[in-house]
Amino acid sequence: MSVKLDSKIPGGSIDEKWTKHKFNMKLVNPANKRKHSVIVIGTGLAGASAAASLGELGYKVKAFCVHESPRRAHSVAAQGGINAAKNYQNDGDSVYRLFYDTVKGGDFRAREANVHRLAEVSVNIIDQAVASGVPLAREYGGLLSNRSFGGSQVSRTFYARGQTGQQLLLGAYSSMMRQVDLGTVELYTRREMLDLVVVDGKARGVIIRNLLTGEIESHEADAVIVASGGYSNVFYLSTNAMACAVTAAWKAHKKGAYFANPCYTQIHPTCIPVHGENQSKLTLMSESLRNDGRVWAPAKQGDKRTANEIPDAERDYYLERVYPSFGNLAPRDVASRQAKYRVDEGHGALGEKAVFLDFRDSIKRLGEDKVAERYGNLFQMYEKITGENPYKQPMRIFPAPHYTMGGLWVDYNLESTIPGLFVAGEANFSDHGANRLGASALMQGLADGYFVLPYTISNYFANTKLEKITTTNDAFKHAANETQNDLNKFLSVKGSRTVESFHKELGHIMWEKCGMARDKAGLTEAISKIQNLRKEFHSNVNVPGEGKGINNELEKAGRVADFIELGELMCRDALVREESCGGHFRSEHQVDGEAKRDDEKFCHVAAWEWNGSADKTQTRHQEELTFENVHLATRSYK
Amino acid sequence: MASAKATINLKLKVWRQKDNKSQGGFKEYDAKNVSPDASFLEMLDAVNEELIKKGEEPILFDHDCREGICGSCGFMINGNAHGPQKSTTVCQLHMRVFKDGETLVLEPWRASAFPILKDLVVDRSAFDRIIKSGGYISVNTGNAQDANNIPIPKPDADEAFMSATCIGCGACVASCKNASAALFTSAKIQHMALLPQGQVERAQRALDMTAQMDAEGFGACSTTGACSAACPKDISLINIATMNRELLKATITKKEEHTGGGDG
Ligand SMILES: Cc1cc2nc3c(=O)[nH]c(=O)nc-3n(C[C@H](O)[C@H](O)[C@H](O)COP(=O)(O)OP(=O)(O)OC[C@H]3O[C@@H](n4cnc5c(N)ncnc54)[C@H](O)[C@@H]3O)c2cc1C
Ligand code: FES
Repeated sequence: MSVKLDSKIPGGSIDEKWTKHKFNMKLVNPANKRKHSVIVIGTGLAGASAAASLGELGYKVKAFCVHESPRRAHSVAAQGGINAAKNYQNDGDSVYRLFYDTVKGGDFRAREANVHRLAEVSVNIIDQAVASGVPLAREYGGLLSNRSFGGSQVSRTFYARGQTGQQLLLGAYSSMMRQVDLGTVELYTRREMLDLVVVDGKARGVIIRNLLTGEIESHEADAVIVASGGYSNVFYLSTNAMACAVTAAWKAHKKGAYFANPCYTQIHPTCIPVHGENQSKLTLMSESLRNDGRVWAPAKQGDKRTANEIPDAERDYYLERVYPSFGNLAPRDVASRQAKYRVDEGHGALGEKAVFLDFRDSIKRLGEDKVAERYGNLFQMYEKITGENPYKQPMRIFPAPHYTMGGLWVDYNLESTIPGLFVAGEANFSDHGANRLGASALMQGLADGYFVLPYTISNYFANTKLEKITTTNDAFKHAANETQNDLNKFLSVKGSRTVESFHKELGHIMWEKCGMARDKAGLTEAISKIQNLRKEFHSNVNVPGEGKGINNELEKAGRVADFIELGELMCRDALVREESCGGHFRSEHQVDGEAKRDDEKFCHVAAWEWNGSADKTQTRHQEELTFENVHLATRSYK
Repeated sequence: MASAKATINLKLKVWRQKDNKSQGGFKEYDAKNVSPDASFLEMLDAVNEELIKKGEEPILFDHDCREGICGSCGFMINGNAHGPQKSTTVCQLHMRVFKDGETLVLEPWRASAFPILKDLVVDRSAFDRIIKSGGYISVNTGNAQDANNIPIPKPDADEAFMSATCIGCGACVASCKNASAALFTSAKIQHMALLPQGQVERAQRALDMTAQMDAEGFGACSTTGACSAACPKDISLINIATMNRELLKATITKKEEHTGGGDG
């Protein structure tokens, strides 16, 4: 039924694979590097670090982003921290332990070899960041400080107060700007990739819309990297920024890159609850808060009293109760589900869809100053949004869509099923299995960009014969025409519903039927609803303005059209995966509320192949996963 | 909590401008039944939904993260960059700070180095070019030593961090009567000058970045402090003092290099 997906995992023991592979890969000599060009789509952590590193090596790089400046990529919003197996705290951490925690945290649905490599290079990332001027938090002795994150019992998370992503992104951005200054990287901002161009079976370029002028541009290269971020905005309300979209990845998918595990999405346990109909996005409260904050719900059903009115004896510190060994630091999927159970069973804070995150005890223990030093900006953000002071009363939090483990399928070299198309950062599916541990996405994005792609792309060039091509090639003309036609169609519908209203409706379906809990009936219903929504979108959307100049609604229309197609695939993927694992929770498959995996049938990656039209069901392929080091076991945090 | 709070109605006077070449002007809109829990941009979203339904073009404004960190958003509300609330980007400004019946005037940042692109959106790419001119530490990937090999005194690291929290929104420029970019530029210079890693290129960085700042057409700094007062991230004026000192030192050392020269 299925073509074989070759993960190209190198031989040897787990701790030698990457070292040996690096040695075995072919090199490109310095003089020849100048002759090779690479297009990088996206300049978040993954894209900016890749562009900078490839530029330093001497490749000709063109980097594109939809943002006005690379510094605005959504990596900037990461708050809590970045993991690395430095063991500076001497608390028993090691590369192997980070590897182990990540495989287990991912509920045994990630590739062991990739995860081990990630843990290995994690230590270099911190070195690189510090060397490039990232002001990570320090202790009084001048050495780096660490905090703990969920799913781990060691302190391995490096941070810059509540702005870790901002600081790391500015680091990668400045390294890339240095290459722009040196002329190795050409930067194109406010540009959106709307198609991938494949020539002779290889990725050779992209079609780009200039978001300022509306012009359609063609760019050719010897290889393309997609580092366009995640797709949580399929849920409409998520912690992602407004421009985060699946479009770049989805267009590549439609050109032949398989899309892996689309249903693996992460619902983050600690976000500010929804306030009303007009809400445009949700705000995360970093997981690091669970270091010092205690999560609880009223023990009495239907208790609508404010937190301060509820005596200790009537508070249920449910994470500490159910998971005594990990307590408030249980991993995200587990913590989110428990919050949902409390609310479903009538124990919501103030009778609403929320639970409490309480700092009373740590303020007593550490003093307000210390708590402010650790989390000041998060507390401030909370107060701005809710008008409530978290030093005086507990925060109210609820789970929200946050991160997507699924993404374009890549092999060990981060190459997709289209030769010459590489995928990095949140856009690929690689290292987190069915659930990502906190502080591991920044690590993965930078690992991909700084330390993996520079090697594997060189190897691709050294092994591949690439004909010289130009953008006058038919494949470019054809793709550019198609793109223009799609845009014209959106503008010509002149229907009666706004793009936003479609996006909201899609998000509602996804959250209700393909969110924290999923079941067969709901998913089946969702698929047919989404199919209808797609038809209505293309016949009744209202996109004002014209194709020339800035047209935000036109941009949004394209993104929402892609989200609608993706949404259907997510539901289908969730429907076929008759098990629960990590963030994918099928209500039919559980033991006492905990996920019940089916390793016999589902110890594999599902990778979907586009069949030429949204009306045709996609084909599901499988990559079997083997666990030779961390043995398949039921995940327990009790 | 979220339920049953009284909504408010507002009048908006918004700068509308089709593109860089066209003339702009104010247009009036009503924002009705606004929830006090909504953010300022959510209020504008609702106004825009109504405009689209009427077949009109929505008001364009830059925004992305909507949590005060990406630096995309920013325009003047009644003459204040990012509106009336201190230390707050406009995306984090919530409608509870406004009163029913108020009139709000929304205008883009005004500075010749920030040309208006459309409505409330301006081109801030000058900031990228200032960073490009020297706002980095030249270390290739793979060259780094162990991160704990060079201890950094915590006060220095903390202060460098404070400077580095600048989000590059441009409120400083918009609030300055000379449209100076001194606060933005100096924050990067101070951030790197405080770190041991930034020492090698310290003097050259100050020279290059300030030269680029001038070349972009930003005005001179007259240290009135309007920039820092408007900064949503409270970037301090000390950064500008540091920049001036760095620049002076760099100019002197540079002269010495030129005139001295013959030591060895
Ligand atoms: C609120 C929040 C907090 C988080 N906190 C943490 C944390 O503490 N620790 C952690 O490890 N992880 C955290 N994460 C996750 C982590 O931040 C992201 O997974 C990671 O930063 C993604 O990086 P990226 O480079 O893959 O994508 P992004 O940073 O999203 O960058 C995507 C880039 O692609 C560009 N782009 C997108 N589409 C196109 C297109 N069609 N054409 C051209 N360009 C395009 C964009 O302009 C942008 O430059 C957090 C995430 C969120 C949302
Ligand atoms: S939208 Fe990101 S800072 Fe306001």
